[in-house]
Amino acid sequence: MTTVTTDDDHAPVLSSWRTSHRADLSAHLAHHGAPPLPAPGDRVRSDRFAHALEASGLTGRGGAAFPSAAKLRLLRSVGGAGTVVVNGMESEPASLKDRVLLTCVPHLVLDGAELTAVALGASRVVMCVAADHTDEARAVAHAVAERAGGPLAPVPVDVVSVPGGYVAGEESALAAAAGGRPGVPSFRPDKTVPLSVGRRPAIVHNAETLAHVALIARRGPDWFRSTGVPDAPGTCLVTVSGGVEHRGVYEIAMGTTLRHLVDDCRPTGAVTAVLVGGFGGAWVPATSLDTPFTPRALLEVGAIVGPGIVVVLTDETCGITETARIANYLAGESAGQCGPCVFGLPAIAADLWRLAGGGAGADTRAALERRFQVVVGRGACRHPDGAVRMAASALSVFAADAAAHAAGRPCAHWRRPSVLGPAVQQPWAGHGDFPGGRHRPHEQEVIGRWTSGSG
Amino acid sequence: MDIRIRVNPIACDAYGYCAELLPELVTLDEWGYPVTNDGLVPAHLVELARQAARDCPRRAFLVKSAERTAGGSRR
Repeated sequence: MTTVTTDDDHAPVLSSWRTSHRADLSAHLAHHGAPPLPAPGDRVRSDRFAHALEASGLTGRGGAAFPSAAKLRLLRSVGGAGTVVVNGMESEPASLKDRVLLTCVPHLVLDGAELTAVALGASRVVMCVAADHTDEARAVAHAVAERAGGPLAPVPVDVVSVPGGYVAGEESALAAAAGGRPGVPSFRPDKTVPLSVGRRPAIVHNAETLAHVALIARRGPDWFRSTGVPDAPGTCLVTVSGGVEHRGVYEIAMGTTLRHLVDDCRPTGAVTAVLVGGFGGAWVPATSLDTPFTPRALLEVGAIVGPGIVVVLTDETCGITETARIANYLAGESAGQCGPCVFGLPAIAADLWRLAGGGAGADTRAALERRFQVVVGRGACRHPDGAVRMAASALSVFAADAAAHAAGRPCAHWRRPSVLGPAVQQPWAGHGDFPGGRHRPHEQEVIGRWTSGSG
Repeated sequence: MDIRIRVNPIACDAYGYCAELLPELVTLDEWGYPVTNDGLVPAHLVELARQAARDCPRRAFLVKSAERTAGGSRR
């Protein structure tokens, strides 16, 4: 079982698990009490729920940090939703939080989904779990069965196993999958038009967001705001990995500094940078570690909260090489629908790989900058934008390394296995022709166990 | 009322007819896919833009009239 560690006692989402180490319904109810589920059609209590969400300032924990109340309001303005889609896909390779949520506190997530479903008059909750995440699917299915037919399941929940992949967690892709169609992103020229499943509007929420919703409905917005900072209230699950002794999922107060988080996890060397926000996030240099973990503060250093991901890079590893590995992974994860993504991401990955291996000509850097510009904003979804944000941040954060590599000196560490987890440990797939063929790495062994944290 | 062009990137298969008709507004990237920048169409090119939309074999080239908004949203 994944170990969960917290940096203080105020970790409400994971509190029931820490107290009892049980995920079943009776332990959940003993700890949290019953959720204040309105009777279907009870407009007054649904309004109260919407107001509490509004006052709480909760933002989505899936990546976009969109205000959850605004999402609810949008759906209520079009007459509610037919389906509540829960994103438990864990599409980010460096994330483990969905695993923790779905195996340790599944009932909190289900409470949030039921509350949202009743408030929107939905007839169905679809819980999406990646097809290869069988432990999570089993845990959720068990939790659903415990509630079935009782007062805590006013709206039926289907646990759906969705073929995984990085973009499968994108909300329009997930809505498509929940409706039984192929799970690929769709072209949405107007993002204020709600997604739909079947013929009715649908709301897509990250699993963690719904866990917070369940707590806000019980304890109120003032309680929620008592943690975190005014512009980013509450707590947040963060998966810390990379060059640290204590990898794992941490529940931190929003506004905790990156330095506090990273130091608590005991870096294995001198920290050079951290990747914040996931593979489509951005590198933040060690000099900016005092940045608080909030959407606004991270934006100021070019990063995003994303789904709560921090990968620590130490001087034992080359940032440009790791960036090339991530870019290569992201290129392979394109849904294959949009030309700029299909052709642009492999080209960028190949450029980065040439740079990392010291085989870059003087024009490689210029080609990269040009391709960053040309690819951004030209996909149906934000996948290419995230890849470019990550790659562009590397050229600035690891500028000295990039310059040295461009001058023909490959990094001393560039053949080392990645600290990024198994997703990028695969042999290089066949997209893009890496012209510096001699630099093509061998199949890498996995260092560091990825499946569990410690401490 | 603004007239804007937009490409549906999923539908687009890089035929490039739009760039031939409207080089003022559409350039092609190194892989042949159209780049439209902010997509705003000056009045004298509106008819050509509509023709490009009609001629696109994939119906990926879109011409939309949009209320002028303060944010000037591109999406």
